[in-house]
Amino acid sequence: MNALIIAGRTFHSRLFIGTGKFGSHDLMRQAIETSGCELVTVALRRVDLDKNPEGDPLLSKLDPGKVVVVPNTSGARTAEEAIRIARLARAAGGFDWVKLELTPNLHHLLPDPIETLKAAEVLVKEGFKVLPYINADPVLAKRLEEAGTVAVMPLAAPIGSNLGLRTRDMLEIIVANSGVPVVVDAGLGMPSHAAAAIELGADCVLVNTAIAAAADPVGMAKAFAKAVEAAEEGLNAGPRAARATAEASSPLTGFLWQTEKG
Amino acid sequence: MTLTVNGKTRPLGDAKTLAELLATLGVNASKKAIELNGQIIPSSALTTTPVADKDQIEIIQFVGGG
Repeated sequence: MNALIIAGRTFHSRLFIGTGKFGSHDLMRQAIETSGCELVTVALRRVDLDKNPEGDPLLSKLDPGKVVVVPNTSGARTAEEAIRIARLARAAGGFDWVKLELTPNLHHLLPDPIETLKAAEVLVKEGFKVLPYINADPVLAKRLEEAGTVAVMPLAAPIGSNLGLRTRDMLEIIVANSGVPVVVDAGLGMPSHAAAAIELGADCVLVNTAIAAAADPVGMAKAFAKAVEAAEEGLNAGPRAARATAEASSPLTGFLWQTEKG
Repeated sequence: MTLTVNGKTRPLGDAKTLAELLATLGVNASKKAIELNGQIIPSSALTTTPVADKDQIEIIQFVGGG
């Protein structure tokens, strides 16, 4: 596989991790460090002025020298709301990478393709490095690439569902046609799902719930990291093509039951 | 004299600037985004930006997310 480069930055791990749902910031930090992950997503929300006016210390637990912090626009329902969140993230932390996430329906959390494209066009012009979260739609992926996004992030299955690669056929088309890195995001539940995503040609995966909500998030982060590494090593080792019929791996001669008659 | 902060009505008190208001609320402005009536206020301008009756203020932080 080629080195993973997004917006000029080289990533040594093909596992990106979302920071939501961890039981504690320490568990999150350990999961990130153990896995070697170099890109994490974060969200923006109002400060709770009554319960915790000082705010969430999340950012202080992330080392900007080791991980690229990518704010998401979760909670946005329209392009306008997503653009506002991206601008707030830049104002608050100087972050210019943004995971564009526009999910108007809180039941299925599927991304709105039209608002996503509108927001991407504006944010790219404002100098953001835009990573759009999308359904596995090859036409939309190409339109976003043409709009100047630095990657595309098609979903494997609905957010948090752990269903695995339900969009496999469409992901294969996206991968075959994409001129920007493809990050398979959402719905990966097991390390094998992440490995399969890399094997089908994705450049990397983003995992949150499957790691953060596991009984042992650090152990699960490690397992996901190994899975994507194994998939990459396997691809680099030159796998044989699949075939519809058998091909013996043991010699077809010298059987113990053979006689002179054959 | 009241303002709306993060969707909730609050007394303005003696605060004359955004920086004073944040101090009153116990907010540490580091790594926060502050919006005043829909406009983002850079942290360098907090001490010089006045607050007034009926202002709409948002104080936004980073939290865990996927």
